Amino acid sequence: MEFVAQHPILVVSLVKIVVLLFVLMTALAYLSWFERKVIAHIQSRWGPYYVGAHGLLQPLADGVKFLFKEDLTLPAADKVLYILSPFLALSLAMTTLALIPFGPATVYIFGQPTQLVVANVDVGLLFLFAITSIGVYGVALAGWSSNSKYSLLGGLRSSAQMISYEVSLTLSVVGVLLLAGSFNFNEIIEHQQGYFQYLPFIPRWNVFPQIVGFMCYFISAIAETNRAPFDLPEGETELVGGFHTEYSSFKFAMFFMAEYGNMITVSCLATILFFGGWLSPLPDSWTWQQYLPGVGLLLSALYLAYDTVRNMRGIGRIQLAVVTLLAGGIGLLCLLPGVAPVVLGPFWFLGKVFFIIFFYVWTRSTLPRMRYDQLMSFGWKLLLPVSLLNLVATALWIVVRHP
Amino acid sequence: MSIPFIMFFVFALVAVGAAIMLILAREPIHSALSLVLVMVALAALYLMLGAEFISAVQVIVYAGAVMVLFVFVIMLLNAGVEERTNFSHMAKYAGLPLAIFLLFGLAHWMAHSAIGATVANGAGAPSQAAVSTRELSTMLFQKYLFPFEATSILILIAILGALVLAKKGTE
Repeated sequence: MEFVAQHPILVVSLVKIVVLLFVLMTALAYLSWFERKVIAHIQSRWGPYYVGAHGLLQPLADGVKFLFKEDLTLPAADKVLYILSPFLALSLAMTTLALIPFGPATVYIFGQPTQLVVANVDVGLLFLFAITSIGVYGVALAGWSSNSKYSLLGGLRSSAQMISYEVSLTLSVVGVLLLAGSFNFNEIIEHQQGYFQYLPFIPRWNVFPQIVGFMCYFISAIAETNRAPFDLPEGETELVGGFHTEYSSFKFAMFFMAEYGNMITVSCLATILFFGGWLSPLPDSWTWQQYLPGVGLLLSALYLAYDTVRNMRGIGRIQLAVVTLLAGGIGLLCLLPGVAPVVLGPFWFLGKVFFIIFFYVWTRSTLPRMRYDQLMSFGWKLLLPVSLLNLVATALWIVVRHP
Repeated sequence: MSIPFIMFFVFALVAVGAAIMLILAREPIHSALSLVLVMVALAALYLMLGAEFISAVQVIVYAGAVMVLFVFVIMLLNAGVEERTNFSHMAKYAGLPLAIFLLFGLAHWMAHSAIGATVANGAGAPSQAAVSTRELSTMLFQKYLFPFEATSILILIAILGALVLAKKGTE
């Protein structure tokens, strides 16, 4: 106990990690519900509907289904790597979240100064790239260790694709680094504070001067996370399931969760680098904005209550009533004078992340899958030169502005 | 026993253990992965010395790019299990004594030379003067600009050479 008392950072970090893990697991589960629902509505379908009100219990049902399926281990597989690779994929996807700052550098919780980030690393961006660059192994080794031709092809495709697009992903971000002059996430965000000189209503987010960089980043990020239209490593029409063909039960679920985890990480990074992170788009002098999260949640609770009474019958009515009470309760909690300023940063941050994830899902439901040679030539012959040009242009701009 | 001290031994043991695995493993892909583990453990050691930039770059370049290419090639060629040969006479009789001699020589140098002493003392605790990225790039692009550019040209020539060699077969 003495040892722990001497190192309070251990306890604080542990609490942060537990809270983050809990929130992340819930987010991962409901991201799959959100994606299915959005894609369904874009394609004029209903999506998950029967398990719980509006299919809200579908992630739970999916989880139970994954747990109870037979957990196959192939006799011809390389046992160690076969079991290691889903763990590698999921744990690396979740580790990156430790570097993401969800709120301002110092917030006061019960009067104690603290940071809304697990690890505020000086070279945060490089660390994030380091962790994601090892993430390739999860997919590549899953493909190789299964000892099956579809898996191997999927693994080969994924490693080639991830190496190719990692280059333009990294280069597209360098422009932002040049503008901010730092690798630290909080410094990058604080650099985007304020408004443009001649357009005082537009916040000084990097997305405006770096629009080319943002486009390159977003396209490469979709390819890095193996999502449609770049989901060739698991293209089911040609490779059955790609690298995870031979995985079943919870090991398959882990790849699934890793994919969503990577999606969240990439969206968080886009928010930090291009959309001002936890900064509010409204002027700081408007202090009433700290009540926005609470009022927003209360309004949505009001709508949910209307929906519960009007459209729901039987057990669905009880389930939606619980969701309504939860939303209303959290909304009231956010209005407390001690809590309101703390939740403001995470509110804007998560709002922006949510918007980018919606864009991701929208892309998936709209665009058809690319052919493999198109993917490669697009990455090397278009995306890479454009992000290089963007880098050169940004560097020139900085030299001309500040000689 | 401070935390950095224990962590140093954990990562050092991982690095040495993985390096031994690299030689002993019979599947080429296991060897490649052991090398990745060595790189990552070394990066952790750099991190404990306060060199955050070097540590991150070590992982990005070696573990994330170079070794992925290795693994890619091994997967592409579908290389089988290595075949073992008998040791050469030289390795059989002189190998072990030579290894022990070198190990002791290194340990002796570390214990007695001035540089060795600072290295040995610095390994346990993070150094106070952590090198910032700004200082590092100032050094790299001003003081050591010529070696840096020379290395770049060398790498460019190597890329061209690889292209020429790869092109030969397809004509």
